[in-house]
Parts: sequence; C-alpha cells; structure tokens
Amino acid sequence: MSRVETATDIRTFTVDIPDEAIEDLHRRITTTRWPTGELVDDTSQGVQSKLLQELARYWGAEYDFTRLESRLNDLPQFTTEIDGLDIHFIHVKSRHDDALPLIITHGWPGSIIEMLEVIGPLTDPTAHGGSAEDAFDLVIPSIPGYGFSEMPSEVGWDSAGIARAWAELMQRLGYTRYVAQGGDQGAGVTDAMGRQAPDGLLGVHFNFLDAAPKELLMAALNLRLAFSGEEREELSKVIAIFMRGYIAEMGEHPQTIGYSLVDSPIGLAAWMLDHDADSYDKISRAFLEGQPSGNLTRDHVLDNITLYWLTGTGASTSRLYWETGRASKAALKDPPPHVRIPVAYTVFPGELFQAPRHWVKHAYHNLIYYNEAAKGGHFAAWEEPEVFAQEMRAAFESLRDEGSSS
Amino acid sequence: MSTTVEAATAIRPFEVEITEEALADLRRRIAATQWPEKETVGDSSQGVPLALVQELARYWATDYDWRKVEAQLHALPQFMTEIDGLDIHFIHVKSPHEHALPLIVNHGWPGSIIEQLKIIGRLTDPTAHGGTAADAFDVVIPSMPGYGFSGKPTSTGWGPERMGRAWAELMNRLGYTNYVAQGGDWGAFVVDQMGLQAPAGLLAIHTNYAGAVPADVYEVLLAGGPAPSGLSAEERRAFEQLDTTFKQKVAYAKYMAARPQTLYGIADSPVGLAAWLLDHDDGGGQPAAEVVAALERTTSATGELTRDEILDNITLFWLTNTGVSASRLYWEYKGGFWDAKGVSIPVAVSVFPREAYQPPRSWAERAYPNLIYFNEVEKGGHFAAWEQPQLFSAEVRAAFKSLR
Repeated sequence: MSRVETATDIRTFTVDIPDEAIEDLHRRITTTRWPTGELVDDTSQGVQSKLLQELARYWGAEYDFTRLESRLNDLPQFTTEIDGLDIHFIHVKSRHDDALPLIITHGWPGSIIEMLEVIGPLTDPTAHGGSAEDAFDLVIPSIPGYGFSEMPSEVGWDSAGIARAWAELMQRLGYTRYVAQGGDQGAGVTDAMGRQAPDGLLGVHFNFLDAAPKELLMAALNLRLAFSGEEREELSKVIAIFMRGYIAEMGEHPQTIGYSLVDSPIGLAAWMLDHDADSYDKISRAFLEGQPSGNLTRDHVLDNITLYWLTGTGASTSRLYWETGRASKAALKDPPPHVRIPVAYTVFPGELFQAPRHWVKHAYHNLIYYNEAAKGGHFAAWEEPEVFAQEMRAAFESLRDEGSSS
Repeated sequence: MSTTVEAATAIRPFEVEITEEALADLRRRIAATQWPEKETVGDSSQGVPLALVQELARYWATDYDWRKVEAQLHALPQFMTEIDGLDIHFIHVKSPHEHALPLIVNHGWPGSIIEQLKIIGRLTDPTAHGGTAADAFDVVIPSMPGYGFSGKPTSTGWGPERMGRAWAELMNRLGYTNYVAQGGDWGAFVVDQMGLQAPAGLLAIHTNYAGAVPADVYEVLLAGGPAPSGLSAEERRAFEQLDTTFKQKVAYAKYMAARPQTLYGIADSPVGLAAWLLDHDDGGGQPAAEVVAALERTTSATGELTRDEILDNITLFWLTNTGVSASRLYWEYKGGFWDAKGVSIPVAVSVFPREAYQPPRSWAERAYPNLIYFNEVEKGGHFAAWEQPQLFSAEVRAAFKSLR
C-alpha cells in the first residue's frame, strides 16, 4: 500500500549536474577529431564544417555551462512514476483563476528547452500583452528517454503509450478539464491523446500534421506525385523529409547511431542540427552571422544539445522513431479511432510543409481553428514564443467556457 | 613541364606508417567511451546490440594489436600513383609464374584492402595452394578513393563510373594489356561500370554481387512490391530477399546517400565508427551473421574470418579517418543497386549462399548475355574473399579459366 502511494507521488526535482560531467564534455569538444570537409559549397551533403566548427568553438570557449541548470532550476520541476517510468515535468500554475490547464509535448530533436520561453506568456498573459482570460496552467513533460525522464528499458513507449501516460499525469495533477498541444513527435503524442479522448481532454492543438492523410503519405513514400498545384509543392516537401535519411536510420537502427551520439558531442550536435532546411539555415545564421531568428539563439540551441549530451540520451531519443515507426505499420492494419474532439491547427511558414486546410480537415473533422501564423518554423514555440502563445490563446478560446461551465 | 607530368603518373612505393601516438589516442578514446543504454529488445532489430559492441571494444582497447596487420601490409608490395588528380593506393603482387593473368580486385563498403589479403597468396602462387601454374594471377588491389590509404576526394564526382576509368588507367599504367577485374559490394558496381566502359585490354569481369535484377522486376522492388507474377521459385526468393533488404536493411545506405557529412560522430568516436561499420547485413542477419560468427573466432587455420581481421578493417578506417569520406560514395552514386546494367563483355558470376541475395541463373543470363561462368558456392557470405578465401580463390580461377 505505502509502496503504491510512493510510486504515484509527485516529487520535486532539481537539476544537479556534476562538475566532472561538464569537464568531460568540455574536454571532448576541444579534442574532437574532425572528418575532411564536405565536397560541396551547400548543405547537400549534410551539416557544413564551417557551421559545426564555429558551434564547437563557441560551445567550448564561450558557452556558459551553468546556464542549463540555472534556467531549469528557476522553474518548478517534478518527477512522478507512471507506468513504471519516472516522468520529469515542468509545472507552472497561473496566478489567474480559471486558467486553462495545457500540456505541451516537445518532439525530436527538441526537449522541454523548446518551451521555456512560452511559459511566461501563457501562464502570465497580463505581463505579455494578453488578458487574465488568456491564462493557462502549464505542464511540460519530458518524453520517456528524453531529458530527465527515465529511459524505457522495454518496448512499447510509442505515441499511444506516452499519450496514456500524459492523461494519467494530468489526472494525477488534479486537472479534470484540460487541453493538449504538440508539434513534431509531440504532434504524434497529442494526436494519440485525441484518439484516446481521455476524460477531461477538451481539445488539442497541433503545429505539425502527424496524421497526414494516408493516401498522401503512401504517395509520398512511393515517390509518386499524382497531385497538382499547391498540393504538389507541399507533398514534395513531405517527401524531402523522408529523403533526409534520419527517419530511416533512427526508425530502423537507433542503437547503431546511438553509439556515436552518446560518445561524441560534436557527432550529437551535427545529428541534431540536421533536422530540416529552415531551422538549419536559421541556426547557421545565428552562429555564423550573429543573426538569430527570433529566440533561436546560439545559447538556446546549445542548451538543448547540452541537455541531450548530459543526460546521455542520444540513443534513447532516437528510439522513439523505432517505436513510432512500428506503431505506424501496425496502424495501417489496425487503424486507431478517429479524433472526434475539437482540433485546432496552426501553420507556421517555416515548418517542414504547410498543410493545406483541407489536409487538416481530412484528418480532423472537428476542426475548430486553422490559422497561418506570420512567422516561425518547425520549432515554433522555441523560435517565436509570443506568436506561439498568441496561437494558443486564439486556438483554445472557444473551449474555455465549456471548460469552466461543465 | 615534362618532369611534373612524370612525377604525377609515377608509381611510387608506399609503406604504411602509423605512429604510436595515433594508436595510444585510439586506445584512450575507446577506454573513455560513454555508452548508451542497452537496446530495449533481445535481438538486433534496433541495430548493433550493446553487448556485442562492448565486448569488441574491450578487446580492441586491451589485447588487439594493429602492428600485426601492419607487418602483413609491410610484407606486401604497395604503391601510390596519382590518377585523375587523386593519389591511389594499391597492392601489386606479381606471380612467380609466367603468363599469369592480371587481375584487379575491388573491395566495397564497409570493407577495404584488408578483405583481400588472404587471397593474394592463393591467386599469385597457386602451386603453393593446391593449384597449378596455369591458375596464376598477377594481383592488383586498389583502395577506392576516400578509403584506406588512397587520397580523399576534395571535389564531387568519384562514383563507380570514374573509379572504373581510374582502374583501367591503373592497369594500363602497370603495363597490362590484357586483364580481368573482380568485385563484390561497391566493387561489383565498379566492375559492372568497367564492363560497360569496356576499356581496351579488359577481357572479362567476375562479380560476387551481381547486378542481375531485370528492369521490370527492379521497378516493382523500388515501388515496394508485391512480387510480379510469373517468377520462378528461385526468382521469387531473390525478389523477396531484396524486398526485405530495401524495406528493412538499408537505412545506413539511405543515410550515407543523403547526409554523409553529418556523420561527424564516426570520425570522433571509435566505438561509433565500429558500430556503424558493423551494421551491414548478409543473408543471415544484420549485423552480418558471418561477421558475428567471426567475432567469436580468435584463430583460424583454414583462413576463415577472425575477430582480429574484423578489427584490422575497422582500425584501418579509424587510423585513416575515412569514415565520412568512405560514406560519400553512397552520395555520389545515383544509379540502381541490383538492377541489370547492360554489360555485354564476358562476365562470370559466383553466388555465395549467405550473401544478402542469391541471383538466380535465369536472371544472370539475362543481365549478362555473355555469361561465361555461373556457380553457386557452398559456403560464404557478403565478404566472400574475407570469409572463405579458399573457395573464393577457387571461384576466381574457375571463372577466368576459359580466357587464358
């Protein structure tokens, strides 16, 4: 009895990074053995040497390794055991009554670091150009195998498994009415929550279309372009995602690439930077030209990479693709139920592809909100926290009454 | 002017020189490896398993001795010559027998000249290895550009087509006017290209990785199946082997074809490099079943693959820092992998039972209309020369017998 109570306890959490870990990281960065440079003067062979060498220089010489610990420890952090794993999460309550509880799920190669700058605007809107009615209580968990959440030691932690854990987490926090948000892999988790429709989940918001219409996806995978106009352009972007190779590698053999990612900080940094062309260009400008896009600064980018390094999660984060790949195959045979709860969607102009409204509507019939934001890319919350927060306010506005009256 | 040209095309003797410092740095890095957690499955379906890599790393950092293979290399005549702007490293062993047939053997990925060391004696000195003087070959074993001791390309374009032309130039420069060529894995793509280019003097090619899939069947494979009707049982089996390979076993290849430069980690982490190089399949599994078996084999009287040899190859990649430059070959190549290329010169095909796929004779006959030899060997897998040097050498002798 007491053991069960202990397991479901919510315990406060403080990041504590040993000095030796920092020293070891620093030593590894400065003793990196480099390959010869790419043979092209563009990004077509991968992360460019000049970017990575500048990142290494800054990381080794200027980056403040105490940043990560102090930024996180300024926030209320907790862990609680769910389904056998310790789940780490940030939980910030608004000082406003009737704040709407919101759980935000990060993706890969992201983490809770992506969400730190939206905490203020969402929980304290009156200090950020909003009104008290815009307030959210925020829950920002680390996906199992990411950051300070425990690494799974067994298979099964796919989007659906994580979604069930999040519903349990919200319930354990006492939230009976809440909403959920996600992009990238977080969109997969949030999509699964929508399908599971646990008690209390009022609606979901996506900034990435994980549930791309199946026929489009099949066309993309078979490299057949049978569409026209805008669709053709967006579909070619979907294909480009798969052609980058990292989904194949992490989806098939996360353990194999994992050895490099936990042993070489520069190998890890390169792997994480090579996600998509838009964010790569922005991060490249931050390092090489001193011109970050929005909040995607050198320090913020390195906070995220440093978190991956210090938690040794290069393999465990990659394994999520193995899990979701397996689940996607299973879903082709045994499709999950449709999402019937309200869905809100924001298209960011720098996202991997700009899902047309009818793709989103096709996937989610109960579409209550669709908007094209003026700026921001794949890491929307990270890059443009104010824009992202504004989208959250607008997306969920119509659900607030429902939340408080029932 | 003329001296510069002479210097460039000169054939210079080459010796491997690895400093003690480089070996100490390697051991230090292995010992300092930060490890990932164990995979969450009980098999290799998430990649190369932790226990396998850790055991290999333990041996690598403690008891493995690079100097042994270095001594083997020292005992071989090695050379360097510049071709098409790049230094090409090669082993060149002439037979003591007259009328030996010149043969150029091309390794693949994740291989190197290390794969070929055990066939040199058997091919150049057959009378000492159960053959006759009439079986003798002069053997040329080059390192592909970006591999081993060959130069690393600094501009694009070094795909199999260009390598094929470089090998023809190399044989020409060595004074060979009639010769044959052999290859497996990437080496097979290179010799297929040589077959298409049909340079003067090239009599025939031998492949142990035949590009034999008919165009219509290959198209179905690319589209993801299902198997076309009308295939024989053997053809259907080959189709299914390749279908599985395409769908489940070539993520490493897709990655290197897309983003070779991003693999900074394999230049910086010996264990990361080792795992990456081990993640190649054969018909028995991925990592290759024959390689996994070799990791348990400390010595072999018959020449079967051993743990030391696996590490010789990985260590060569490490010491030459060629993990990324070798990967770029996948980026360079835009052609098909197992499709018939239209080679019309004489071709010999050996099929090894543990290779990723066994091309049926029917396909080989269509792919290579001038098929002079086709044989299904009793043992051996993807790294045939390395795994079964005796059988492999016998295949090469038999393959080219009719051309002497």
